[in-house]
Amino acid sequence: MNRLVMIAALALPMLGTAAMAQETVKIGYIDPLSGGGASVGEVGLKTFQFLAEEQNAKGGILGKKVEIVPLDNKTNPQESLIQAQKAIDAGVRYVTQGNGSSVAGALSDFITKYNERNPGKEVLYFNYAAVDPVLTNEKCSFWHFRWDANSDIKMEALTNYMKTVPAIKKVYLINQDYSFGQSVRTQARAMLGAKRPDIQIVGDELHPLLKISDFAPYIAKIKASGADTVVTGNWGQDFALLLKAAADSGLKVNWYTYYAGGTGGPTAIKQAGLNDQVYGIVEGIPNLKGGDGQAFEKAFRAKYDGQTNVYPRAVNEMRMFAAAAEKAKSLEPVKVAQALEGMDFEVLNGGKATMRKDDHQFFQPMYIAQFGELKAGEFDEEKTGWGWKTVATIDTAQTMLPTTCKMERP
Amino acid sequence: MRDLAATAAPPLPALADKLKFYAIWVVVALVLLLLPKLFATGGSLTTFSLIGISIIFALSYNILLGQTGMLSFGHAVYYGLGGFLAIHAINIIGANKWPIPLPLVPLIGGVTGLFFAALIGWVSTQRSGTAFAMISLGLAELVASSALILRTFFGGEAGVSANRTKLLKVFGFNFGPQIQIYYLVAAWTLIAVIAMYALTRTPLGRMCNAVRDNPERVQFVGYDPHVVRYLAFCFAGFFAGIAGSLAAINFEIANSAYLGAVQSGTVLFAAYIGGIGFFIGPIVGAIFVTVLSLGLSDLTTVWQLYFGLFFIAVVMFAPGGITGLLMMHRPLIKAGMLTRMLPSYLIALLPTLALITGLMLAIETTVHYTVNPGEDPHVKAFGIPFNAASSITWLVAAALIVGGFALARISWRRTAHVWDETLTAARAKVHAT
Amino acid sequence: MLELIVISTLNGVLYGMLLFLMASGLTVIFSMLGVLNFAHASFYMLGAFFGFQISRWVGFWPALLIAPILAGAIGAAVERYGLRPVHKNGHVAELLFTFGLAFAIEEIVQIIWGKSPVDFRVPPLLDFPAFTIFSTNYPAFKMFMLAVSIAIFVGLLLVLKKTRIGLIVQAALTHPNMVGHLGHNVGRIFMLVFGVGTALAAVAGVIAGPALVTQSNMAGLLGPILFVVVVVGGLGSLPGAFVASLLIGLVQTFAVSMNGSLAGAFGPLGPDWASSWVADIWSVTIAQVAPIMPYLLLVLILIFRPMGLLGTRDT
Repeated sequence: MNRLVMIAALALPMLGTAAMAQETVKIGYIDPLSGGGASVGEVGLKTFQFLAEEQNAKGGILGKKVEIVPLDNKTNPQESLIQAQKAIDAGVRYVTQGNGSSVAGALSDFITKYNERNPGKEVLYFNYAAVDPVLTNEKCSFWHFRWDANSDIKMEALTNYMKTVPAIKKVYLINQDYSFGQSVRTQARAMLGAKRPDIQIVGDELHPLLKISDFAPYIAKIKASGADTVVTGNWGQDFALLLKAAADSGLKVNWYTYYAGGTGGPTAIKQAGLNDQVYGIVEGIPNLKGGDGQAFEKAFRAKYDGQTNVYPRAVNEMRMFAAAAEKAKSLEPVKVAQALEGMDFEVLNGGKATMRKDDHQFFQPMYIAQFGELKAGEFDEEKTGWGWKTVATIDTAQTMLPTTCKMERP
Repeated sequence: MRDLAATAAPPLPALADKLKFYAIWVVVALVLLLLPKLFATGGSLTTFSLIGISIIFALSYNILLGQTGMLSFGHAVYYGLGGFLAIHAINIIGANKWPIPLPLVPLIGGVTGLFFAALIGWVSTQRSGTAFAMISLGLAELVASSALILRTFFGGEAGVSANRTKLLKVFGFNFGPQIQIYYLVAAWTLIAVIAMYALTRTPLGRMCNAVRDNPERVQFVGYDPHVVRYLAFCFAGFFAGIAGSLAAINFEIANSAYLGAVQSGTVLFAAYIGGIGFFIGPIVGAIFVTVLSLGLSDLTTVWQLYFGLFFIAVVMFAPGGITGLLMMHRPLIKAGMLTRMLPSYLIALLPTLALITGLMLAIETTVHYTVNPGEDPHVKAFGIPFNAASSITWLVAAALIVGGFALARISWRRTAHVWDETLTAARAKVHAT
Repeated sequence: MLELIVISTLNGVLYGMLLFLMASGLTVIFSMLGVLNFAHASFYMLGAFFGFQISRWVGFWPALLIAPILAGAIGAAVERYGLRPVHKNGHVAELLFTFGLAFAIEEIVQIIWGKSPVDFRVPPLLDFPAFTIFSTNYPAFKMFMLAVSIAIFVGLLLVLKKTRIGLIVQAALTHPNMVGHLGHNVGRIFMLVFGVGTALAAVAGVIAGPALVTQSNMAGLLGPILFVVVVVGGLGSLPGAFVASLLIGLVQTFAVSMNGSLAGAFGPLGPDWASSWVADIWSVTIAQVAPIMPYLLLVLILIFRPMGLLGTRDT
């Protein structure tokens, strides 16, 4: 009996939320809001809330206000599925997620199965940061759209730039030991080998994900190899600690990175004193003059105490979603999905981009940026006084990679 | 062994007790059957399924901790391995079109759990106490880390996924909709709970208790405590495997999080909070912890803090867990004297609630200031709006904490006093009759 | 090759000494109270964050003194008002109490200082390379870390061997009950030991904070390794903890510097089946498995030598 009462107590609030009418466009934001990944998840949430406000100031989407429903997945795939289910019960038809390819894979799988089993109640999944290539290749789904360039595209762009730098002779690869790190490493080997056969790969390291507190032994190895350039997909503390150890031991190399711009990255670079030695492959930086990027950045920083908008892709996602809904004249997920397929779009920092129909991967201009001292009036990062500067632009066409996706459409 | 068991077993219960006993299970079965009629949303069905899974898991853990006295920090290893084998089994069975329906898959997971427990257990159960706890911790770390290295089997950090609907249909069920999964989990939960209850009634179950209480004496009697611990460990592994494979079926994915420290910690929390001294304890704990971990994160961003504080409170003030607290009152109920305690409880509860409210107010206000400093100070926590910027909030919080603490201290001391008196009276009354 | 060996040894010793700084407190607490303090690494984290905050106000050097005292006081209070009441419910309850405490401390730190790393810098006085070997710089701060660890090791040994309190503590290592029977105020000794133990962890925190990272997950990163050190070294044995810390530091560092794998060792002579179903094990490098080596060591030690390397008491 006790048990029944308890269960009733837990389930009643659920009924309450389910009964609420669908007056707003609800976007379920499923990312870590507690635990180790929360620092990243909270930044994303703020970005989306800012974007929702921006959209609502323009009158919402098809006259309906946008509402972000934050759901804490604790960076755990199982938990994400529970949260997705909860979101769906609460009337959410669009979910967005970005942190962790393992979560993204599970979520894409879940939503595909859910839509298959519940026709007429489809849900769309907008991926703003999970870059595992399989999501738009072997495991692609009609219900999944990705606004971030996948890790292969980023490596394609990065190596397109690296091949033009003659100073690069010996490259060391150090990556986190999981699917993303592995794909960075294999692609770097393959693409550098094809584009610059004279470059020597002098080391290829995988280290456990988020478990190392002292990178000194790894730095010793890099040093011993005589590398002049390090390519790494490391993010979060694995990036910050790597740079710290490098600075401590006086390692002088150039760093080609994916996520140097992430939370904590700029601070680490500044602390390590690596002026103009760290490069990143990004889809936009605050100091780009194109589009309405500068205005957006100003507004964002004003609201969030000088914090950088690290997710230009989220801006593209939200604006493009609104545009697709207007185009389809409907908020029905199937119609929005059909409108999104093959849609052309002017991105935040200016430039033509497109959502490829074959695999639902967004292709956009990419930039190689360099981190260091700035000219007056430029945006810095994390109040370090240093910021990102463009070194090279890689056009949308130059980032196109083939896909193995065989899309099953409803 | 059989002779000894026959003479050592408790006397056969009376017919009325027996009927009462079976009636409980029938009622539980009926409740499980009717639950989805009351709450039909996908989310509540998922919640129920998760509760069922965590009940099996927590009970299997209690075979170790509560019944045999072995504190394990790595029980999720068997849960996770069961889950992985189940996922692989679903994939293989589906691909080869073998005539094995989904409801039998948990058995595969169970056997996997049993197999690994049998393999690892012999060494790790040689000692109990801290040594066992440490070995279990080390093994858990080893297995969890290896899972990320052995990609072919464990699928890296993305895990392995499967489609449960590809298996043979039984009676037209394809196990796509959550409701069918709920019934599958409910059936397995009932079976596993009955089986584990029966286990506590066997001679082995009794020997486990003896090993927990006094291993040396067990040795004198002629049993090897190591063997008893080993057998208990194997059973625990078996049921953990069943729970893991049910989880795998529910999510249609298995990944390294199944094996990890968080999972091992959660089951420990569940069993302990519920109460390890009673069979029903882990069940209560599993329900409580699952609901709390699912629901609390919606109410507040710092749910883990509340969770940790709550756990500390249970360890400090209610070492018998929730069930322990309730069971304490059994003699009073028997004597019909529960009503004597109620006034003191009410008096003590009031300042305690004030203290808790004050603490929560202080925590939520602090959180607002540190996490979202620039935002609107009219925050909402636990559905209650308040103004974090106003000094009144701070004053109220401080007053509630200080006043609540002082009064709660006094009133609980009184309550303890009343409790002693009432209990003595109740005992005297029961003895007199 | 020589270069790598020398540098790996240095790095290993440095890492080992950091482990020892923390493990010393844990092992003394463990041997006295019989409690594996799960929250020990949390006090290390508290030390780092206190150190960060105080060094912002009054500078690093006062922080090095004040932060451990603060953390030690909290530790003593935890023993007095938390652990002692729980003691009557047995060791499992005590252990679970510290388990919950670790959980709560991490959350509290997250609430106060956020989840991202804080900017805790090496003091300017020590912010220079102490020496350069094979063109690798060794920061003076790391040398300082080494010196502090050794000083604490020697200091603790002296206190334990030469002072009255040390004698009582030592007696408690081997005959915990007898000490109580002799009429010493065991409660106060316990509180003191717990306070000192946690203060030592906090010292490690203040020193490791700037050298590594000061973040709310730093306790979780090092916590499990600490148990390995204490158990491998032998319960209640300070020299054992010292040896085990060095051993684990060196094993991990050297493993990282090695690239060998089974596939590499056999080269083209590897059997055909190696590339199929055991491909994962076959091609994994020693460097990749470096972080799980301590746990392997732990399990092996517990199986073959349960009292640890230099321990005298069975776990």
